Formats: sequence, C-alpha cells, structure tokens
Amino acid sequence: MSASTDVTEPRRLLEVHDIRAGYGPVRVLHGMDFHVDEGEVVVILGANGAGKTTTIRALCGMIETTGSVKLEGEELVGLDTADIVRKGVAHVPQGRGTFPELTIEENLSVGAFVRTDNEIRDDIEAWYEMFPVLGTRRKQQAGSLSGGEQQMLAVARALMSRPSVLFLDEPSLGLAPMLVADLFTKFGEINRERGTTMLVVEQNAQLALGIANRAYVLESGHIVNSGSADELRADDSIRKAYLGV
Amino acid sequence: MDLFLNRVFDGLEQGITYGGIALALVLIFKATTLINFAQGELAMLGAFLVYVLSVEQGLGVWLAIPVAMLLSALLAAGVERTLIRPFDPADHLPLVIITLGLFLVINSAAGIIWQFNPRAFPGIFPSGNALRIGEATLTWNTVCMVGSVLAVLLLVELLLNKTKIGLAFRAVSSNLESSQLVGIRVGRTLQLGWAIAAAIGTFAATVFVARPILFLEPTAMLRVLIFASAAAALGGLDSLRGAIVGGLVVGLIQSLVVGYIEFIPNELSLTIALLVILGVLLVRPAGLFGTARVERV
Repeated sequence: MSASTDVTEPRRLLEVHDIRAGYGPVRVLHGMDFHVDEGEVVVILGANGAGKTTTIRALCGMIETTGSVKLEGEELVGLDTADIVRKGVAHVPQGRGTFPELTIEENLSVGAFVRTDNEIRDDIEAWYEMFPVLGTRRKQQAGSLSGGEQQMLAVARALMSRPSVLFLDEPSLGLAPMLVADLFTKFGEINRERGTTMLVVEQNAQLALGIANRAYVLESGHIVNSGSADELRADDSIRKAYLGV
Repeated sequence: MDLFLNRVFDGLEQGITYGGIALALVLIFKATTLINFAQGELAMLGAFLVYVLSVEQGLGVWLAIPVAMLLSALLAAGVERTLIRPFDPADHLPLVIITLGLFLVINSAAGIIWQFNPRAFPGIFPSGNALRIGEATLTWNTVCMVGSVLAVLLLVELLLNKTKIGLAFRAVSSNLESSQLVGIRVGRTLQLGWAIAAAIGTFAATVFVARPILFLEPTAMLRVLIFASAAAALGGLDSLRGAIVGGLVVGLIQSLVVGYIEFIPNELSLTIALLVILGVLLVRPAGLFGTARVERV
C-alpha cells in the first residue's frame, strides 16, 4: 500500500468477498462483495426479498455460507455465531431480539457476556443516559417495553459487548415513522460520538442514506449499484425505486 | 384429626419428592420447552450410584450422595452432547422419542446390572419424631426431606439469579437465537442445565428411596415421574417454585384421597390428582406460577 498523500487511508474493518448463502435448496445470495471501513456507516438497500436479512445472517454464521468474510483480516466464515460475536461483531436482529423475560438491566448485563473488564457497570449507566426511558425502567421485564423502546434496548444490548462493528437488520421495521426518525438520529449520534462502525440493511432509503457514508443496492441476491450516500441519493433509478420521488 | 395429620405428613414426603423431580424437569423445560421423560430414570440410576458407593463400597452416605450427584451430572452432560445436541432443538417430536428411548435403556440397564428385586436403602436422616400431636407424628425424616429439597431449590435459584452462568442460562431460556448473538455458547449452557437437573434428580430420588418404608429398585421412579410431570404442569412448567408447590399439592391430594375416600384404591389416586390438575389448568392454563407467554406480532 502506498501512502503517498497526507490523507490517511481508512482502515478496512470488514471485507466481504463472494459470499453465497441460502436456506436449504433455496439460494438467496449469489456472490456478494462489499466492505466497511472503520468508523463508517454503510447501508445495504433492498426491497423485500432482496436478501438483506440473509446477508446479515450469513455474516454472523447463522446460516450456511460460502465465500469469505474478514473482520480485521480474520476469517469469520465457518465459525459458530457465538465465536463470531466474540471476535467483535454485534448484531441487532430483525424483530429486536431482546430477552423478554429478563429485566432491562439484565438484558444489558447479558449483552456484556463476552467481556471480562470491570467497566460493565459504567457502560450500563452510559446507555441509560443515552436512552433515558430505559434508565427509568431498569427493573422491568424487557417484554413490557413498546416496539421503539425494545429497539433502543436491542441496540444498547448489542453495543454492551463493545463490538468493532454493529449490524442492524431493518431497524425501522414495524415502528411508527416518528420513532424511526428519532432512532436513526440516535444511530448517527452513536456513530459520530463513539466512532461505532455500522452496517445497516434497510428498505427505508431516505432515512438510511441520511446517516450513511456509503451504500450498496441489493437486488435478488446481487449487488447492482454502490456509491457514496450522496451519489446514490442523486441516482435516478434509486430515486424511483427507493425514494419514491 | 390424627389420621388427617398423619396423611398430611405422609403426603409431604411424597410431595416433596415429586417436587424435587419436577424441579429437574422444569429446569430443562425452561431452557428447551422439552420434557425429559428420562429424568426419573436418570434419578433412579443416581440413587443406585449412592447405593453402590455407600452400601457396597463403604463410603459414608453423605459423601456418597455428592459423588453420585456429580457422576449423574457428568452422565447427563454426556447424554446431552451425544443424543440431544445433534438434533434440531425446535423440532420436539424426535427429542421426545429420544428421551423415551433413554428412559427404556436406563431402566433395562439398571435391571440387568442390579436385577429387579427391591433392596433396603440405608436411612440418611435421623430417625424419631420431631413433633407429636395426639397420635399423629411428624418424623425427622419428613422434616429433613422437605428441608433439604427446599435447600436445593434455594441453591438453584441463587445459581440462576446471582451468577453470570445463571444469567446466561436464563438468557438461553428466554431467547435462544439472541443468546448466540451475545456470545453465549448455547450448547454448553444447555448441557450444564442437563447436568444440574440430573444432580437434583439424584438427590430427590435418594431421599425418596431412603424413606424407611421404601426400597430401591429399578422401577422406583416410574410412578414418581408421572406425578412429577403433573406437579410441574400444575406449578407452571417454567417456575422452579411452582414445581415444588405443585409437587406438594399432588402429594397431599394423593395421600388424603386414599386416606378418606375408601372406594378409591391407591392405584387410582393418580387419576384423582390428575383430575384436580385438569381443573386448575382449565382456569389457569399457564399453571399456578407459570408465565403466560405473550407473543408480540
């Protein structure tokens, strides 16, 4: 690598090459390449059935996958989900994936399951500050939270592991538009203030592109377009298909 | 009155045994929503281990019990790894068949090794009466049985609520997929559940067959398992305390029905207990202490 200019090359955090995955005989991903640099928010846009959730599940080793997924140079394909998480991946699945029978505080504690340092308590308090509604209900069961609150808890729970990259699977799904806008504002805030690298799959292009540095467009298991968020916002086909203008 | 009290005390001894086995059933059910039909047989095997270690090998009985609990825990961990984990946890029918098969295998193996003739089991608790009311006597055996099983319940609750591994176990019980996503190794966590359940079962079976009126035989836990399953359902399948309360209720009903309603022979007492449970579950489908599952859609 030649670092001839004074602009430091961003560090490549996640490098995905030719991943193919599916469910049994049904192939969903037909060879995808993309990457995420440190500190970036990258969005994968796609309609229903394009393979967005499958992509995230493939990265996390939750379905059979071939190809290569490198996190900071380390190969993840072939590892168990729990081990991939231990390498520094956090994933907020579709439908939030909180632990409904555990309290909010226990949800956050278990989010730090892989950690052994003694700053877990401080982190929990920091998340209560970021999402005050969680702080006022720490002893309540997570199942009693509303959809939007569950999503906040899910994100905080995921970041309790201090991951190097956070995957968000359609965080807007099933939430009221105003809540979704608030959430995305928070995601942007978390990214700027903490430098958390994020990979978001979404069909709400408007919101997702609003916080993203770059984006890929996924159709039927292929990446058909990519570029900076601004480029894609200006792209006619994207405007027609995803922005409704 | 004396007959009533004697019946109650007798019911407590049976009931706390059902409660102990139900506790083991509930522990596995909480995490996997699976009833381990081999739980009673694993417990019987554990009681035989206590017998072998103490009577045949001459170990003190209170040393033999923890050793047998450990051995049965290791055995159950091995069973989980080889017979349960390879199968899809969401597909219950094959797993039920496996536990039923395991039930038969352990029962037959015990029959081959130890034959089916009953053996006197050494008493493990002090003899004598703790309390005498008229002609009714509450024995130290009853007191110690109830007390020790309650102590086991307390230990399990402490483990689940106060330790990191307990938190992991409850997380797996609550949401299996998300547990993997926080880095919990689900297989090993469930394996630990199987091991602890087997150790609890061994303890419950041991205090049961150590009752002065009972013998150890390979069929000792057959009826107990059925009563314990009923107790677990009554208590609410996912509640540890519910398992103990359910066990005591079933034991008391059984004991009182046989004592007072003469036309009901002992063999039919199970039916009566089940009828009562049916009534309760009609009103409270999740059981007395169980959590009604709410699915957000």
